[in-house]
Amino acid sequence: MEFEDKNRAPVSQKLHTVARPENPDEIGGLITVQINEKKLSVPMGTTILEACKQAGIHIPTLCHHEDLCIAGVCRVCVVEVEGMKTLQASCAFPITSPVKIKTTSPKVRLARKTVLDLLISEHYGECYSCVRNNNCELQTLAKEYGVDGYPYGHVTEPKYEVDDSTPAIVRDMNKCVNCLRCVRTCIDLQEVGVLGALYRGDKTKIGTFMDSPLNEVVCIYCGQCIDRCPTGALHANDPRDEIWNAIDDPTKHVIIQTAPSPRAAIGEEFGLPAGTSLTGEMNTALRKIGFDRVFDTNFAADLTIMEEGTELLYRLYKKLALGDDSVMLPQFTSCCPGWVKYVEHFYPELENNLSSAKSPQQMFGAVLKTFYAQLAGIDPKDIVTVAVMPCSAKKFECNRPEMNDSGFKDIDYGLTTRELAQMIKEAGIYLPEMPKSEFDDPFGDASGAGLIFGATGGVMEAALRTVLEMVTNEKIENIFENANITPVRGFEGIRYAEIPITKVGKPPELIAKLIPDFEWLKGVTLKVAVAHGTANAKKIVENIKAGGKFSECHFIEIMACPGGCLGGGGQPIPTNEEIRKKRAEAIYAEEQTLNVRKCHENPKIIKIYSEFLTEGPLSEKSHKLLHTHYVNRGKVMLN
Amino acid sequence: MKKRNGKIIFSEYTPGSGLKKAFELSRQDILFELKTSQLRGRGGAGFPIATKWMLTAAAKSDEKYLICNADEGEPGTFKDRVLLNEYPELVFEGMVTGGYVIGAKTGILYLRGEYSYLLSQLNDFLEGMRKQNLLGKNILGKGFDFDIHIFLGQGAYVCGEETALIESLEGHRGEARNRPPFPVTTGLFGKPTVVNNVETLATVPHILLKGGEWYARFGTEKSKGTKLVSISGDCENPGVYEVEWGITIRELLELAGAKNLKAVQVGGASGICIDESQFGRKLAYEDLATGGSIIIFNKERNMLDALENFMEFFVEESCGQCTPCRIGNVKLLEAVRQMKDGGIPESGMKKYFDLAETMKLASKCGLGQSSPNPFVSIVKNFREEIFHKTV
Ligand SMILES: Cc1cc2nc3c(=O)[nH]c(=O)nc-3n(C[C@H](O)[C@H](O)[C@H](O)COP(=O)(O)O)c2cc1C
Ligand code: SF4
Repeated sequence: MEFEDKNRAPVSQKLHTVARPENPDEIGGLITVQINEKKLSVPMGTTILEACKQAGIHIPTLCHHEDLCIAGVCRVCVVEVEGMKTLQASCAFPITSPVKIKTTSPKVRLARKTVLDLLISEHYGECYSCVRNNNCELQTLAKEYGVDGYPYGHVTEPKYEVDDSTPAIVRDMNKCVNCLRCVRTCIDLQEVGVLGALYRGDKTKIGTFMDSPLNEVVCIYCGQCIDRCPTGALHANDPRDEIWNAIDDPTKHVIIQTAPSPRAAIGEEFGLPAGTSLTGEMNTALRKIGFDRVFDTNFAADLTIMEEGTELLYRLYKKLALGDDSVMLPQFTSCCPGWVKYVEHFYPELENNLSSAKSPQQMFGAVLKTFYAQLAGIDPKDIVTVAVMPCSAKKFECNRPEMNDSGFKDIDYGLTTRELAQMIKEAGIYLPEMPKSEFDDPFGDASGAGLIFGATGGVMEAALRTVLEMVTNEKIENIFENANITPVRGFEGIRYAEIPITKVGKPPELIAKLIPDFEWLKGVTLKVAVAHGTANAKKIVENIKAGGKFSECHFIEIMACPGGCLGGGGQPIPTNEEIRKKRAEAIYAEEQTLNVRKCHENPKIIKIYSEFLTEGPLSEKSHKLLHTHYVNRGKVMLN
Repeated sequence: MKKRNGKIIFSEYTPGSGLKKAFELSRQDILFELKTSQLRGRGGAGFPIATKWMLTAAAKSDEKYLICNADEGEPGTFKDRVLLNEYPELVFEGMVTGGYVIGAKTGILYLRGEYSYLLSQLNDFLEGMRKQNLLGKNILGKGFDFDIHIFLGQGAYVCGEETALIESLEGHRGEARNRPPFPVTTGLFGKPTVVNNVETLATVPHILLKGGEWYARFGTEKSKGTKLVSISGDCENPGVYEVEWGITIRELLELAGAKNLKAVQVGGASGICIDESQFGRKLAYEDLATGGSIIIFNKERNMLDALENFMEFFVEESCGQCTPCRIGNVKLLEAVRQMKDGGIPESGMKKYFDLAETMKLASKCGLGQSSPNPFVSIVKNFREEIFHKTV
């Protein structure tokens, strides 16, 4: 797919990157490399680091990250290249002619150890009081290289104030090692461009424009920087203490809802390989911890699809059948708070393209403090709602002031997968050994469509299953084998699909009041797209603004994080492409085992529309509780 | 009339003659003459100009650039300023010749921020060249287009490092890039780019006029031709001199009228400091290589004060991206301050020499790789003074 590359954020280090020939075979093919005693052949342009990996030789790294462009700044991965006076950063050195490399010569050992000593001399804090204790790359390296003292001293006072200005991300630059991973994440991977290096020399520091606190810049709180920080310099704003207090308070009815992605990843926090789902085990653990109810966010995901899917059909009806040109298409999904904030900052002119439906997290909160409160006979002021999310932006979302339509905060606390794992450990529980149990009623059932929300393309697939059945009155299985809408699955940055509507049926009763018939849709080709990562989102939006192919889409799903929520800023660290794939596999595999795989077939959804939201989706009550509006934030924030 | 004289650069020269000669020659001829001359880069690294131009000429691209590095940030260096002020024709004609050889249409003079007072006079000079058809479209009717733009640096020493210079031209932080790929294939905006020092380029017209073989008769075995040196410090006649490679430090000091001496810092802050016993050493790539800065210290000077000053410079001027340089220079400066207080015995120096070695080996660019030079050379060459307080 071709796009004009209009970079909003500075390209920064991209040109520092290893230049790879487009067609290595044509210009000499394989090159012989000798690493220590070992000889091997690698394609032209392979970095020394990659070659060493192939040869099974371990090279320590710090600033290197598979997801990011190359920086070559920490100098931990240096090796000796025959014929060169200085050592070379193996991550940044492309092999273009035969080379002999030494990876543990005296020079290399001296340099590595000294570089580590230097980094540690400037690294403030003690490991035991750090969120990243036992999962810190600096700590690991120190151990690997036998750091046993502070030959160049050790800072004893913090130099910088900790920035905890946002409910989402905390930045403690005293622990920063200037690896620029967060900068490259923000500028190159996400193309948001909030973080950069400030000042120079010994004063060099990672910061924001004018060194402002994070809440005064255009940060979307996706937390991808946290996922890639090697140390404890970046972490999420942790509400564990408040949650424990609520649990301990007998007057509080504490409810936790769990999103689809954490269950597919939390095992990693307990040493299990990526891609192990622990849904049932987590439910048991949560009850042991003391939560009064354990609900499945997937129920709310189903509800979201009912509202958002209906909204899509209604937009299409108004535009195509009634010719109302004020209707904005394509409709964008709105369940990702990072994406929503991105639009609010960078493309406020497209705010009306965002579905007005709240995210599942927030919808659930509103339902809990109204419908559920009624059913259970509990005063909503005594209900505390916690949401386990793979996400740091969700912490911001639940604190958005407009998210209290019931008169109470929809969601009181957003908790990341990492923080929940911490709570489980604090409770003395080894999660993998928990017996399995189900979610609590009255929201015990959820569809598989809600579950796949966790992966990029999942919301689109869930929506299509419901919308297409509503429109055609055909079983989706007759259109897509086994109801798997594979064209919108996968990890390609941007996916596009066309679905011709050849046959229409009668609108289901639930929405018949809004849309009397579907005749106008007959012969229309439904065009949809999916993107993950804001860099890809930007390409789509720029294409729409330029009147390109995506401006003709009807519906577009966008998730701010690479891979979708399963690669979110609240997920276990590390994350990389392989891990994200494993988590996705776990989610899709679990989905196959579920009985109900369409949102509108979830019996609890049918129940809520017959008992509470009796006027159906997009009704006044829905609008009040389940829909929201957006804020024009713009790029200049002058607080 | 020019007041200076020297064997090559400061010799008689008719403006425009070198360029006219260049256009009488083919690109290969020019490269051949430069190769024969064995001219090496005068910016410090000493890379053969013929090779650099050849590599860039061979790189396939619709767009190439030639950059003249006039950032002249090395403390104690001011010879490029003299060339730009008094011999701009040599510099600019060298640039046009380079553009012609490598196939660039755009030349950029990256001028040190503090030299902004030269800006209007240089621009006037370029305008004059355009009028004489020595610059611009269809130069001298030979069908070659080339123009020169001047870009002002903003005062960062590291922006003299060629890849940091390129980053700065692109509008980014002045930070050195990973190399390879080198600018000759992947330079400004990713295009093949030559970066040459002012003096290197200013030598080219003379070589073309008189031949590479003539040029190679000057100097030593491995260091051909002449070198401009900027002499400063404790002497009667500071200034810029053109000297033949191979000249001894002692001869230089005589030129400068320096007496009662203790030390000479050769190559600026990032160079090395020698004591009296080494004044017989030669200026040459094979002995004491230098970008041209010679700083003289007499017996009144305290070498640790001088060293502290150098290290403060590097702490401040490091771009801060790589670990050895960002933190290493701070640690070396702290060590100097402790030494001044007598806080470190000679036996405690090993870890600092290890650190210096690490910086030389593992820093990302030349700044960090050479910043320990004054530390190591001063501590070693003046150990009596430092550790045994004999003065
Ligand atoms: C920290 C640092 C500063 C430098 N400053 C200059 C400078 O001011 N002028 C210059 O010509 N070269 C400077 N250089 C050398 C350049 O990187 C480059 O080698 C030179 O411009 C190439 O030109 P030459 O081949 O003609 O010498 C510097 C190098 C380093 C590492
Ligand atoms: S050596 Fe110094 S100036 Fe060069 S890249 Fe490293 S920190 Fe920057």
